[in-house]
Amino acid sequence: MNDLAAAKPRAVVDPRALRCEFPIYRHNPGLVFLDSGASAQKPASVIDGVAEFYRRDYANVHRGVYQLSQRSTDAFEEAREATRAFLNAADANEIVFTRGATESINLVAQSWGPAFLKPGDEIIVSDLEHHSNFVPWQMICERMGAHFRVAPTGPDGGFDLAAFEAMLSLRTKMVAVTHVSNVTGAIPPVERIVELAHAKGAKVLVDGCQAIPRMPVDVRALGCDFYVFSGHKAYGPSGIGVLWGRYDLLAAMPPWQTGGGMITLVTPRHTEFQDPPHRFEAGTPDISGAHGLKLALDFVERLGRESIRDHEDELTGYAIDRLSRIAGLTLVPGGQRRLSVLSFNLNGIHPHDVGTVLDQHGVAVRVGHHCAQPLMDKLGVAGTVRVSLGVYNDRGDIDALAAAVETCREMFSR
Amino acid sequence: MTMDLRELYQDIILDHGRHPRNFRPIERPTHTAKGHNPLCGDRVTLYLMLDGDRIADVSFEGRGCAISTASSSLMTEVLKGKTLAEAEALFAQFHAKVTGGEVHAVPGALEEDAERLEPLTGVKAYPARVKCATLAWHAFEAAVKGGASEPVKTE
Repeated sequence: MNDLAAAKPRAVVDPRALRCEFPIYRHNPGLVFLDSGASAQKPASVIDGVAEFYRRDYANVHRGVYQLSQRSTDAFEEAREATRAFLNAADANEIVFTRGATESINLVAQSWGPAFLKPGDEIIVSDLEHHSNFVPWQMICERMGAHFRVAPTGPDGGFDLAAFEAMLSLRTKMVAVTHVSNVTGAIPPVERIVELAHAKGAKVLVDGCQAIPRMPVDVRALGCDFYVFSGHKAYGPSGIGVLWGRYDLLAAMPPWQTGGGMITLVTPRHTEFQDPPHRFEAGTPDISGAHGLKLALDFVERLGRESIRDHEDELTGYAIDRLSRIAGLTLVPGGQRRLSVLSFNLNGIHPHDVGTVLDQHGVAVRVGHHCAQPLMDKLGVAGTVRVSLGVYNDRGDIDALAAAVETCREMFSR
Repeated sequence: MTMDLRELYQDIILDHGRHPRNFRPIERPTHTAKGHNPLCGDRVTLYLMLDGDRIADVSFEGRGCAISTASSSLMTEVLKGKTLAEAEALFAQFHAKVTGGEVHAVPGALEEDAERLEPLTGVKAYPARVKCATLAWHAFEAAVKGGASEPVKTE
């Protein structure tokens, strides 16, 4: 960020005013939406912008010589450039569009994995990971004869750097870690993890799904090798996601899916492939989705990521305070640094029952294992109730949640 | 509490959810099966002691929500002493009631048992919770069919 921008007074996020920009609130009066961690609602700028793109500028990309196709291609590539700028990446050719973070991680696991993993090598993930940053690595380790290791969180729910460091060795080839936990909101010290991993020659992939919509992300400052996220958790459309990778790493990786749009030469004997990012974008991409993602990133930038973080940080603190005063409620610890996501259980009441009661009070939360069964097993619970915040949430939402939780507790103790 | 919720969480369900009956293993069951609801992580192990085609004993263990625990509990109560054909008729009607299928009458002797299961049919209004109510029944079915080696999953 340049000095001029840094000198600007930070805008304050005003959730009540912002709700006017989210049509879901107009169509669902009284909605208390606390599940943005699963998928965020969409502002009108994204919904209308995607529709408008189809009306005015749509054609397939990188194919036609006609003007419309060129306009569509320009919009698609502008989305790539906007994503580059959003991540402060060095080169737009380091941005690969995928269907989502899950596909991004599978792409790296299945392309980078077989090319660089040998039997006896190790991959380390944390026990905070979403299944999408867990299972692809477990599978590729099985296939390549590599060892899959899980770094534990400490008793306070934070990433245990010492335990991780003890696990690292020259055999470690990849470390995959979340930027913000989707269960507890814990923020692992990614910069330190990268330093330690790089000192052993390991690469680092960061799952940025929960970080992208709510805090500044600079992949060059983080120092990681791969960064992935999904558009739909960042107020964008579902079906579009991003893989950022260092160009030299992407260039050394073989194609993953093959087909149209990713080749330079095809003969019956031999096929040659494009350079990144097109090498990894076989077939017609999600063109309107990429445009919608750009509009979503514009929306986030308009509010300012520092401002969003301040807003959600304040609200996270309020929620923790409000919920911890409810008798019989246990919060899952999220370490010293956490943001926007928190999980809890009510003594003797299953999360599914809590979820149904809350739903009847118009409060939408996620209940269950949150695609993080290893963490649930460690916590010794079948699941939790998860609250996750967005720019449209305010203290009134947390008060409504707390009131509904109280009702639930009374109902099950009668 | 809203009326809808009262309909779903009737006293008998809260009671069986908190104090499940037949919540124990059977030492040497003739049949057993595990049920698993991958959505919420609920697990149930169903134990069955058949005497010919009559259910001499049936019990369960596991962890689950109030609906799934109460359903398992009530199921074991009504199934004890029934023949497999009677169990099948009860399940068919219960399944139809909670999923909104075509409900057929059960033989007169089973009407009282079907009535016992009635409080659970409130889940019909909560599509995301239907599988909680049917998990134990699917496990029972799997156990009868030969003790499935793989856990049964809810539909």
